[in-house]
Amino acid sequence: MFNSHKSVEKNSILMLIFVVITISIGGLVEIVPLFRMETTIEPVKGVRPYTPLELAGYNVYLREGCYGCHSQQVRPLRDEVERYGHYSLAAESMYDHPFQWGSKRTGPDLARVGGKYSDDWHVAHTIHPQSLVPESIMPGYAHLVEKGAKLEYIHEDMIALRMVGVPYTDEQIENAYTDALAQATDDSDDLDGLLSRYSKVNARNFDGQSTTTEMDALIAYLQVLGTMAELQDYKHDGTQRSGR
Amino acid sequence: MSNIEKDDHTGIETTGHEWDGIKELNNPAPRWWLGVLIVTIIWAIGYSVIYPSWPTLSGDGERGGTQGSMGWTQYNELADSQAEIFARRAQYLSRFDSASFEDVQADPALYAFALAGGASAFKDNCATCHGTGGTGAAGYPNLLDDDWLWGGTVNDIHQTIQFGVRADHDETRYSEMPAFGEIFSREEISDVADYVLSFSTGGDYPAAGKTLYDEQCSLCHAENGTGDQYQGAPNLSDAIWFYGGTKVDLVAQISQPKHGMMPNWNTRLDASTIRQLSIYVHSLGGGEAE
Repeated sequence: MFNSHKSVEKNSILMLIFVVITISIGGLVEIVPLFRMETTIEPVKGVRPYTPLELAGYNVYLREGCYGCHSQQVRPLRDEVERYGHYSLAAESMYDHPFQWGSKRTGPDLARVGGKYSDDWHVAHTIHPQSLVPESIMPGYAHLVEKGAKLEYIHEDMIALRMVGVPYTDEQIENAYTDALAQATDDSDDLDGLLSRYSKVNARNFDGQSTTTEMDALIAYLQVLGTMAELQDYKHDGTQRSGR
Repeated sequence: MSNIEKDDHTGIETTGHEWDGIKELNNPAPRWWLGVLIVTIIWAIGYSVIYPSWPTLSGDGERGGTQGSMGWTQYNELADSQAEIFARRAQYLSRFDSASFEDVQADPALYAFALAGGASAFKDNCATCHGTGGTGAAGYPNLLDDDWLWGGTVNDIHQTIQFGVRADHDETRYSEMPAFGEIFSREEISDVADYVLSFSTGGDYPAAGKTLYDEQCSLCHAENGTGDQYQGAPNLSDAIWFYGGTKVDLVAQISQPKHGMMPNWNTRLDASTIRQLSIYVHSLGGGEAE
């Protein structure tokens, strides 16, 4: 029995057939479930694609490497639910490419940070975290209040995201630039258009400056995190997923 | 090429390969190792029957896969572990939720429960602005002293935590100081700032400052500068400053006031946690009697 492998090793065609079978099993196990991806996303209302300004903030979040220290996934464990609130649902990150679940928490989880702190707090804390939380080891990101947000090309990001399945409409893409500016302005004339294209939008001058900066974009993004899904209507019955 | 021979010392056959005079014995894998491998395969089969594992095409079942014979899910496990802590809390909560703040403060067991729950909620939700120890920061009030913007009784604190300050809620605490930079001249603002400083320092002030203060500021901040908690007008006479106490800070605040904001927590925290927090914050040092 222990010598039977010799016949395979001495016969290259037989070896090739076995190699193909082995790799196929591995491939099927990895790839086939992807065709059933939609069954892993819970039916929950309210999750929409990011507005252009939020998307610009998401891009800042990625560029600055926030994911290196902050996760965005409340796991279904007692202590996490106690601290952060309802556990994260797959639906809540279905429009993130890439998702920001993360595996490292040097800082707190941010999946439900939206609405938890005021805009002023975010501005002061992002510029110099120790001014508010003396024991924090987070670095400051003061340059974000000086850099204008890159909004002229944000529609191209939206086109790219649409290719991977984020349902942006033509109208949303055409109006990306005006929508982004409208969201970062108090009482903008273009606000009605923005509100007609996206539900539940926080629209205000986030950083208190007259220009639309990367700080505006980042705070708009942070303030919407974890607030879209209508979790009060989401019931997990424990055993059976209701059909969708 | 192959030259299998029996090794003299061990009596085991060689593999037949030779590298620079070195030959390899053709020992099988250790039996214990093979045994463990086979056991893990059997384990995996049993595991995949008991726990959810295989994807199915029907879309039925937990996450579109087999459910496992035990019906285990992470969500059930969470619910079980929560049920344990909920049960332990329930023996206090049932009494706590129906008791008034005075009753809780009079009952040592309930009071200790409220303080523990409040301290834990404070660390996660409040400490980021008000400091881990409640000392506050520039623009974020110190909760340890007895200088309250909106009142320091448990009920006042409860109201503030529930609905926030200048938050997006109908019942939120709201006040707005006019920007006097558009009303007063620079000189007038300087005079008023000097007069306001004199409340706490006792220093000299220009008479014009007092006149302007009495006309424009005293309606909210009171003639002697003690403020008005009903309007959220800070006390200006106690040398405790919200946005800084130098003349430069005062001139800046009079010209273009900053208006801090506190979120309404009634949508994020449950009613019981907010009541525990109210008692905890009241206990920090400056709590006032009803």
